[in-house]
Amino acid sequence: MGEVIVITSGKGGVGKTTTTANIGTGLALLGKKVVLIDTDIGLRNLDVVMGLENRIVYDLVDVVEGSCRIKQALIKDKRYDGLFLLPAAQTRDKSAVNPEQMIKLCNELKEEFDYILVDCPAGIEQGFKNAIAGANRAIVVTTPEVSAVRDADRIIGLLEANELRNPKLLVNRVRVDMVKRGDMMNIDDIIDILAIDLIGVVPDDEKIVVSTNKGEPAVTDDKSLAGQAYKNIVRRIMGEEVPLLNLETDEGLMIKLKKLFGLKAT
Amino acid sequence: MLLDLSKLFGKSKTSKDVAKERLKLVLIHDRANVSPEFLEMVKGEIIKVITNYMDVDESALDIQLTRTKSEEGDRIVPALVANIPIRNVKNSGK
Repeated sequence: MGEVIVITSGKGGVGKTTTTANIGTGLALLGKKVVLIDTDIGLRNLDVVMGLENRIVYDLVDVVEGSCRIKQALIKDKRYDGLFLLPAAQTRDKSAVNPEQMIKLCNELKEEFDYILVDCPAGIEQGFKNAIAGANRAIVVTTPEVSAVRDADRIIGLLEANELRNPKLLVNRVRVDMVKRGDMMNIDDIIDILAIDLIGVVPDDEKIVVSTNKGEPAVTDDKSLAGQAYKNIVRRIMGEEVPLLNLETDEGLMIKLKKLFGLKAT
Repeated sequence: MLLDLSKLFGKSKTSKDVAKERLKLVLIHDRANVSPEFLEMVKGEIIKVITNYMDVDESALDIQLTRTKSEEGDRIVPALVANIPIRNVKNSGK
C-alpha cells in the first residue's frame, strides 16, 4: 500500500514543483514506484520541469471525469524506472476536480505505487483543498523570507485543521553567505517560528535553473548541491536518519566563526 | 548565538532579526484570526454558564484570542483571555 505525500506552501514561487520533481525522481532512483500528480489545473508546470511536456495526451481532469483510464493518462518517464507523471489540465480550472474525486484517485494509485506525490497549487482555495484531500503526509516548502514563512504558518494551521498532522518543513533556497551576514533567517529562526519538524534544507543553487532549463531534475546531477540536499530528503522520507549537509546548517558556520574569534582574542 | 556574536563585534541589529521580530508579531494576529461569529458563540456560552452563579456586566465583557508564554515559559501558546466584570455573586448555591 503506497503513501500519498502532498507538497504545499501557500505562497507561490517557493519551489513546490521543483521539490516534487526532485523528490519524485530521487525516490525512483532508489527503486521506488512513484507517480507525480500535478494538481495546478490551468497553470500546469510539473510537466516542463520534468521534461515530459511533449508526451501529454490525457490529464488529471480526463481521469476524474472518466474520459480515460488512469493508465492511459500516466506518462512513463523513460529515463528513470518506475517514475510516472499525471499532468494537470491546462484549459480547465480548479473547480473541474473535487476532493472526493482526489481521494478516490489517490486510493486507486496507492494500490499500484509506493509513493504518490501531489504537487499543490499556490493559495488556500479549491486547488489546495483538492491537493490535500487524499494525502497521508504533507511537506511544507518555504524560503527564508517573511512572506513565505508567514504563508507556511497559515498552511500548517490549515493542514492540521484537515487532520494532516505533523507536516514536515522543507526550507528552500537558503543562501549561506546571507545567513552568515545576518541578512537571512537561519534554520533555527524558522523552526522557532513555525514549530514543526524539519525534513531538509535546500541551498540556493544555480544548477536548479540549469536543470529546469533542460527538464532534468537536479537530483540526478551529482555535482549539484541542491541535488545532494534533495537526495538526503528522499532518504529521510523513506525513514532513514540522515544528518543535514554541513552547509545546510549554520551551526558548523557558527563554530567556525567562534574559532576565528577565539584565535583573534588570544 | 548570532546575537551574542554581533554584540561582540559591536554590530547593530541584523536584518534577519528585524524579519524575525516582524514575523512573530504578524503571526500573533494571523493565528488569532478566528471569525467574529465564532467568538460571539463562545462568549454567549460562557455568559450562560457564569450567570448561573453570578451577575456579570455583559456590556463590559471582553473575550479575545491571543498568545501567551506557556507554563514552562519557553514557548508561545494560544490563549483565550476573558475579562468578565462581576456585579454580584449569587448565594443560592450555598
